[in-house]
Amino acid sequence: MKDRFANRKYFIMALVLLAAVVLIARLFYIQIVDKTYRVSAANNALRPVTQYPARGLIYDRNGKLIVYNQAAYDLLVIPVQTSAFDTTRFNEVLGITMDDFKSRMKAAVSYSRRAPSVFMKMISSETYAVLQEELYRFPGFYVQARTLRKYTRPVAAHLMGYVGEVDNKLIAKDRYYRSGDYIGVSGIEKSYEEHLRGRKGVNIFLVDVHNNIKGSYAEGRYDTVAIPGTNLWSTIDLTLQEYGERLMQNKTGSIVAIEPSTGEILTLVSSPTYDPSLLVGRVRSENFTALQADTVKPLFDRALMASYPPGSTFKIMNGLIGLQENVIKPTSLFSCSNGYHAGSLTVGCHSHASPLNLPQAVAQSCNAWFCNAFRNILENPASGSIQDSFDKWRAYLVAFGFGNKMGIDLPNELSGNIPTRSYYDRYYGKDRWKALTVISLAIGQGEIGATPLQMANMAAVIANRGSFYIPHVVKKIGDNGTPSPLYTQKYITGISPENFLPVIEGMEGAVNGGPGSTARGARLDSIIICGKTGTAQNPHGKDHSIFVAFAPKDDPKIAIAVYVENAGFGSTFAAPIASLMIEKYLTDDIKRKYLEDHVLNMVIKPSGKEQ
Amino acid sequence: MEKSNNILARLDWVTVILWLAMMIMGWLNIYAAVYNEQHTSIFDMSQRYGKQLIFIIAAIILAVMVMVTDNKLWFFFAWFIYGFFILLLILVLVIGKEINGARAWFGVGAFSIQPSEFAKFATGLALASYLNSKRQLLGIREMIAATAIIIAPVLLIAVQPDMGSVVTYFAFFVVLYREGMSIWVFITAILAVALFLLTLILGNLPVAIGLLVVAAIALLVTSGYLLTLKAAAVMAVTGGMAFLIGNYILDLDTVLIIVLAVFLAGVVYAWFIYRLRMVNQAIIYAFLLGGLLYLFTVDYAFHEVLKPHQQTRINIMLGMEDDPFGEGYNLNQSLISIGSGGFAGKGYLNGTQTKFKFVPEQSTDFIFCTVGEEWGFIGSTVVTGLFVWLLLRLMMMAERQRTTFVRAYGYGVFGLFLVHFFVNIGMTIGVMPVIGIPLPFFSYGGSSLWGFTMLLFIFLRLDAGRTEYLG
Ligand SMILES: [Zn+2]
Repeated sequence: MKDRFANRKYFIMALVLLAAVVLIARLFYIQIVDKTYRVSAANNALRPVTQYPARGLIYDRNGKLIVYNQAAYDLLVIPVQTSAFDTTRFNEVLGITMDDFKSRMKAAVSYSRRAPSVFMKMISSETYAVLQEELYRFPGFYVQARTLRKYTRPVAAHLMGYVGEVDNKLIAKDRYYRSGDYIGVSGIEKSYEEHLRGRKGVNIFLVDVHNNIKGSYAEGRYDTVAIPGTNLWSTIDLTLQEYGERLMQNKTGSIVAIEPSTGEILTLVSSPTYDPSLLVGRVRSENFTALQADTVKPLFDRALMASYPPGSTFKIMNGLIGLQENVIKPTSLFSCSNGYHAGSLTVGCHSHASPLNLPQAVAQSCNAWFCNAFRNILENPASGSIQDSFDKWRAYLVAFGFGNKMGIDLPNELSGNIPTRSYYDRYYGKDRWKALTVISLAIGQGEIGATPLQMANMAAVIANRGSFYIPHVVKKIGDNGTPSPLYTQKYITGISPENFLPVIEGMEGAVNGGPGSTARGARLDSIIICGKTGTAQNPHGKDHSIFVAFAPKDDPKIAIAVYVENAGFGSTFAAPIASLMIEKYLTDDIKRKYLEDHVLNMVIKPSGKEQ
Repeated sequence: MEKSNNILARLDWVTVILWLAMMIMGWLNIYAAVYNEQHTSIFDMSQRYGKQLIFIIAAIILAVMVMVTDNKLWFFFAWFIYGFFILLLILVLVIGKEINGARAWFGVGAFSIQPSEFAKFATGLALASYLNSKRQLLGIREMIAATAIIIAPVLLIAVQPDMGSVVTYFAFFVVLYREGMSIWVFITAILAVALFLLTLILGNLPVAIGLLVVAAIALLVTSGYLLTLKAAAVMAVTGGMAFLIGNYILDLDTVLIIVLAVFLAGVVYAWFIYRLRMVNQAIIYAFLLGGLLYLFTVDYAFHEVLKPHQQTRINIMLGMEDDPFGEGYNLNQSLISIGSGGFAGKGYLNGTQTKFKFVPEQSTDFIFCTVGEEWGFIGSTVVTGLFVWLLLRLMMMAERQRTTFVRAYGYGVFGLFLVHFFVNIGMTIGVMPVIGIPLPFFSYGGSSLWGFTMLLFIFLRLDAGRTEYLG
């Protein structure tokens, strides 16, 4: 067969030779012509020194500094560059024993003889000052500057989070990190890591045998400048945060306060908490182990990660949904004879005047009223079936942020739980369940779970009469920055503003109304607080006390949810704490010293499973 | 017995010796790259050099196994082998192990196997088999079919995603070129790459204007100044229209306005071109409009399809971005390593740069750093020379075949080695972007070593039987 294209082999051959010429010419240039790559004297060595940028600072919403940096130093060694030196003096400066010295040296050698490794982490500024003077006597050793976190106040530990060393798994995944680098592990430190960390730089130095830096390699051509991290302005009010943590001392639970008009979180307290400076520097791993072993779980962020049944606070939701679905009216009257009775089923209630309308039922937290309302919602003749009504009911809750992660800019948020239609179908058989089967949802009990964050957001929605911004904790990325665009988008819940009015009237009555109102302990003379108490059933011990509120009634500035575990009724414990928080935030002054003292002196021992 | 003697006699021993030499040199350099005083024995199985020795022994066994096969097997089962590896490439996307963000490996105990390394010889066989049936009559239909054979594994590998391996499959166009692909395809491809690079370096507006100027010059040369003036007049009118439409109605950017103007001018020209049979002018116009549309696509593809780190790598290579502690970091460290080697190198195991663990992937994709630093310009040239020798040898062998099948397969092997050799060494010294592909027989890793060995020895086996007729 004739090969018509045999001549093409010459072109292909030329291609090979061209490739070889290009490579060899380039090799000739970088290896022989260009002298910058060469280390001039044979004795000189190159030393890469990573320049760690300062991590971004974190301010509170008013520009008060919360988190900043302090200098720390790592002592590094390149074993092959060491030679005989006065180890006694060396150990004296560092405050270590000869055995200690030997084991550290051995670890360094086993990592690599020629690559630098950390000999001693985070030596103090004082030790550094002494060491720096005498470093010329210890060839092969050098110091690399690092920064450690420092806190202006011992508060907001869960919120700020902490910084730790990267693990090998992450190093394999993300090319930016090298062994020994720091990274945000929790809280804002984690969720804003990419902004806070800045960018590392590297200086490559020429070093002579006497451990003296002779200058930059290749006039710094291969050096890179470290770029400092971006500062963050948090939405937190540091004063209010600190006050909240004080009020929650000796109690278990959480406080979440939101500015309703922006979704900015003013306070995020989880109690018990810990001093954030415990998790900084050399003491971190030791303290971390201790905190982790603590039975009261101080590391656990209850505000985002604890899901409780919302109890009576949830009646607000059923009231709103009923109004929107047109199955109840603000004037609807339902009677209550110490509870709701339907056949063999009874949902008990406390004794109060009867019958009540919607605002009264909210104010006095009547179980029977809301069982009737909930039944009307599910048995709505306008929908095809109980199950279709249930889907609609659930959709409203999802629009409020229940049953899903809200998308706060903090890691590890829990989604809570709103049962689905298919959940009940699985449990009772397809469509074989009725309103009465799930009646406990009317009063916020049963399979339902919500985080304190979700409850605070509910209070914010009511304060806004129907809309909200996703709660967030950072309002400015950079000193003149903006929040992430996720948090400037307004969400509408689908409940018309006018339907909020009777519910708000009821919440106002609960705090400020006459006899039978459930939260009079939260009342303030100067400001109208609207609130609702709740009690979360706790199968492991005494019930949890809940209070959600916002204030002032018109043009609200703060929406809040308070949880106190094992404290019983919402009115006794959660309501006064919420009231004090509101007073502190809106007036910056506490007039009710007796109430403050009372709260501060309350000690509620956790009664967990161990009881 | 007589037959196997025959094979040994006909086996191309020069290639076998080159292959052995490269594997041993690679092994010694891997030892230098991960050298550690705690594990000084080169046979230490816990270290990469110990494992590489096992890989090399296995590769030799694999080579012997290929040599004892019947050479007809590769011809008759070419499509079956191809189908089998396509299936494996699909399977790896489903049950593969994810390493460094790519689902490209099958986990087998402690080892991982990368099917894309083996799919190379399978694709080479299938392509050769197809070309063998066409006898160098490559029209548009055959080009499309041949391209489809190459593209199928490429798409599957792109999904993993392993862009490095994708690039290597372009090697098969060498085969198509040798077997009669239209030279225009080649020229168009080179123009396309040139336009791509120019667009990224200069931005699309200067290139668009450049295209207009080139078209005008081409028109002037082929058709004289009168026609050029007429065309320019038409362009001025449609340009004005396009400007009005683009600026006030559709809100287009400048390049799209130019595209629109050229398109509108085309509508006007079309009648003349058709009536007067102006073939040259039609070609010039087609190139202009095609070029402009392509330009627009490049811009879009670069920003929307490539991942940020891939964009960065291309930008660094083009000298547009300086990011030494990010994607450019490897390249800088690699340049320092190789450059500091000087003429004679620092001597075996005496490299300082490579011992800093500065360059990640030192024993795999950046193994040439160790060569450059410890053996200097002499060593670098020797390694480059060995590859050139191997490549020319492969070409010579391909050219002595009687069948299109073996020749086409041989050129596939040749092309793959050429791309790996040039791109890998090129990236360590900054003449190519940093694309993570191994240096054949040098880089650490079983899959690539075995894949390249299979690739090479199937060709050696076919070459040894070149006097026999394949069916
Ligand atoms: Zn009642």
